[in-house]
Amino acid sequence: MHTLSGIRVILTLMLLTALPAQARSNWPTPPIEGDAAAQVSGPLTGGSADHSKFEALKGPFADGPEVTKACLSCHTESGKHFLKNIHWTWEYTSPETGQKLGKKHLINNFCTNARGNEGMCAQCHAGYGWKDETFDFTNQDNIDCLVCHDHTGTYYKTPNSKGNKACTVMFEGLPAMDLAKIAQSVQLPERANCGACHFNGGGGDNVKHGDLSSALKHPPRDLDVHMSPNGQNFACTACHVTRHHIWAGSRYDVIAKDTAGAGRPGQRRDVATCESCHTDAPHQSGSVEHRKLNHHVASVACQTCHIPRFARGGVATIMDWDWRTAGKTKNGEGYHEHGYTQGNGEERYTYKSIKGTFTYDENVIPTYGWFNGQMRYTTVDTHFDVKDEPIPINAYLGSRADGRSRIWPFKRMHTWQPFDMGNGTLVYTHLWGEDTDAFWGNYDMGKAVARGMKEFNLPYSGEFGYLQTVSYWPITHMVAPKEDALGCRECHATEGRLSSVSGVYLPGRDRNRWVDLAGMILIFGTLGGSLSHAAMRGVSRFKNRRQANQDHTGDN
Amino acid sequence: MSIRSVLIYTIFERFWHWAQVTLILTMLISGFAIHGINQWMSFDEAVTLHTLAALALLTLWVLATFWLFTTGNWKHYLPTAAGLGQVVRFYSYGIFKGERHPYRKAYWRKHNPLQAIAYLLLKSILFPLIWVSGIVYLFYFAWGDTPGAAVWLGRVALIHTATAYAILAFVIVHVYMLTIGHSFVEHVTPMLTGFDEVELNAEEEAYLIKDEPNHIR
Repeated sequence: MHTLSGIRVILTLMLLTALPAQARSNWPTPPIEGDAAAQVSGPLTGGSADHSKFEALKGPFADGPEVTKACLSCHTESGKHFLKNIHWTWEYTSPETGQKLGKKHLINNFCTNARGNEGMCAQCHAGYGWKDETFDFTNQDNIDCLVCHDHTGTYYKTPNSKGNKACTVMFEGLPAMDLAKIAQSVQLPERANCGACHFNGGGGDNVKHGDLSSALKHPPRDLDVHMSPNGQNFACTACHVTRHHIWAGSRYDVIAKDTAGAGRPGQRRDVATCESCHTDAPHQSGSVEHRKLNHHVASVACQTCHIPRFARGGVATIMDWDWRTAGKTKNGEGYHEHGYTQGNGEERYTYKSIKGTFTYDENVIPTYGWFNGQMRYTTVDTHFDVKDEPIPINAYLGSRADGRSRIWPFKRMHTWQPFDMGNGTLVYTHLWGEDTDAFWGNYDMGKAVARGMKEFNLPYSGEFGYLQTVSYWPITHMVAPKEDALGCRECHATEGRLSSVSGVYLPGRDRNRWVDLAGMILIFGTLGGSLSHAAMRGVSRFKNRRQANQDHTGDN
Repeated sequence: MSIRSVLIYTIFERFWHWAQVTLILTMLISGFAIHGINQWMSFDEAVTLHTLAALALLTLWVLATFWLFTTGNWKHYLPTAAGLGQVVRFYSYGIFKGERHPYRKAYWRKHNPLQAIAYLLLKSILFPLIWVSGIVYLFYFAWGDTPGAAVWLGRVALIHTATAYAILAFVIVHVYMLTIGHSFVEHVTPMLTGFDEVELNAEEEAYLIKDEPNHIR
C-alpha cells in the first residue's frame, strides 16, 4: 500500500505524469477475483501440469529471459512457433496489395506510429527489450511468456528505453516482482492478460477500439454476453482459438462473411467468426421473423444488430483527437487537463501537452458500411492529395456486389495529425527518446517529424502541417444479450441507422417518391371522387323530391 | 318473369369473400406499415402478419380458382359490352335524376357489366401483379446472390407497392358502391345469407322449386 500511495504522490506532484499514469494503468493484470469457475479458453482447458512442481521453475530468476529459457526447456517447440506470430513480428504483409502492415510499419491516428518509438510502444510487444532497429527477432529467449500467462496479477512491464528525463517517473516506486512465483503461477491467458495491452490500445483504456475496454475484465451480462462471468465467462481465446501460438481472427484479414458455419469437432479452428459457433442460420425458432432474420445473415454482419452501441460499460473511447494543440506548456512544463467524467466515475484527460486535445464518447452508435474484410491502408509512403481530406488511414473495402461483403459496424476515428506538406504523405513522428528531438520532452513537432522521417531514410520536404485523417475500427466485441439486439425499425426507417448505406433495397427506408405520390393521388382522388359522387346524389335526391312535391301540388 | 329470393352466393363463395376481405385488409395495413406509411405495429409484427396473410391468401386463391373452374362460376366474370353503356350512364348521370339501376341480377349472371369488367381486371391484372411480385420478393433469399439482385428487388418492390395502391383504390370504390341504390345493409346482407332478389324466368323458377327447394325462398 505504501508504494502505491507513494506512486500516487509522485503522479500528482509531477506535471508530466499524464503519460505514465495512463500507460501504467494496464499493469499489473490482476486475475478475476471471486470467480469460482475458470474462464473458458476454447478447446484448451489446461490443468494437466502444476507448474509450481517443476524443478526448472524453482528460480530464482534474474530477469525475464531467464524465465523464458526455463519455459522453453520443456515447451521445446513453442519458441519456434511463437516467432511467427504477429504478437512477436508486429508485421503483416497483405497478400492482396503486398503492403507491409502491422504495428512495425503502420501509421495510425492515435499516437501516430510505433516505428521509431519502440522504446515506449513496444511495452506491448510480447518480448523483452525492443527499443530500436537492433532488436533480435530470432532470439527465442527474448519472448515474454509471462505477460500472457501470469496468473498472480503482479507481473508488469516498463518501457524498453528510458525516454526523456521527465519520463523517469514511469520507472520509480514499482514493487519488485517475484519472477519465480510468477513463473510457477502460469496458466492459460485470461481476459485481463490480453486486456493489459488490447484494452489500452492508443494509449489508454478503450482509447482505440471502442469495443475493448477494462470493463471487459468483469463485464456484466448486458455488456458482453459471452465474456460475462454471469454469461459464459469466455476468455479471449475461447473465440480467438489458438494453435501453435497463432490466433484466429486477424485484424488485417477479416472474414467478413463466413459461409462455412460451425465446424464439427476436429474440424476447422482457424476462425473467430460468430458463425463458427452459431452457424449461418442462428435464429432457430422457425418463426417468420427468425427465418427472415436468417436471410439477413447473408448481407448483415451479426455485430450490426447484436452490438447496438460500443464503448458501453462505463469506459469512454476517444472519437476525435487534435494534435494541433499539443505542445502547450505552463512555465516551460507540460501539463494535462481533466474534462470528461466517464460512466464509471473516472476522470479522463481532455488535454495533454504531449498529445493534444481529445473528445470522448460513450454508448456510441457505430457508422455502418459494406465490408469485405479488407482495408486499404495509407502508409508512410502513400502519396495523397491534401484536397481529399479527411485522408482515410484505413479505408474499408467492400460492396453489395462482391459477394464477400456484409454491412458491418465501425468506430470512425477522426484526427488532426502532422503530415508532410511538401510531399503529401503521412509522417513518422519521433515522440519517445533520450535525445533532444523527441516530442515528449522538447514539444517541438518540427524537430520530431524531421527526426522520425530521417531515422528511416524517408523523404521529407522539411515542412510539416496538420491534416484531418479518419480510421475505421470494425466493432465486434461487447455483444449484447439477444433481448438488447436492434429492433427492425432502427434500420427499416427513412432516417434509420443505415440511411447512408447503398446497394440494397431496404423496405421502410427506400421508396419511389413518384409511385408514392401517384398512389396517394389515386387514393385521395378515389376517396374525394366517391365523396363528391355521394354529395351530388344527395343534392339531386333533394332536388328530385322537391320537383316531385311541386308536380304533386300542381296536380291538385 | 318474377323476382324471387334465391341463393346465389354459396357457402364457399361467402367464405371466400369474407376471408378475402380480412386477408386483403390485413395485407394492406401490414404492407403499408412495412412501407412506413403507418406505424400501427412494429416492423417485425408487420412482416410476420404480411407473410402469413399472404400465404393464407394464396391458398385461398388456389381453392377459389379451382372452385371457379370446376363449378363453371368463372362465366360470371366474362366481359360483355351489352348494357355496359347503360350502367356507366346510370352511375354518371341517371343516378342524379333519380333513375332506377338499369341492371337486373339474373340467376346466371350476378354481376352487372361494369362489375364484371372491374372484377375481371382485378383478377387478371392487379391480383397476379401483386402476388407474383410478392412471391418474387418473398423468395429474395433464393435469388439475392444473382448479379444486380438488389436493383431488381427495388423494381419488384415498386410494382408491388404501386399495385397495392391500386387495390386499395378498388376497395374504396367497392365499399362506396354498396351505398348506391339499396341501403348499405341491404347490399351486404346477401353476402352474409347468400340470398338475393333475382329476376327468374318461369323455367328457372320451376327448376329451383322442384330440384333445389333450399335455394329459393
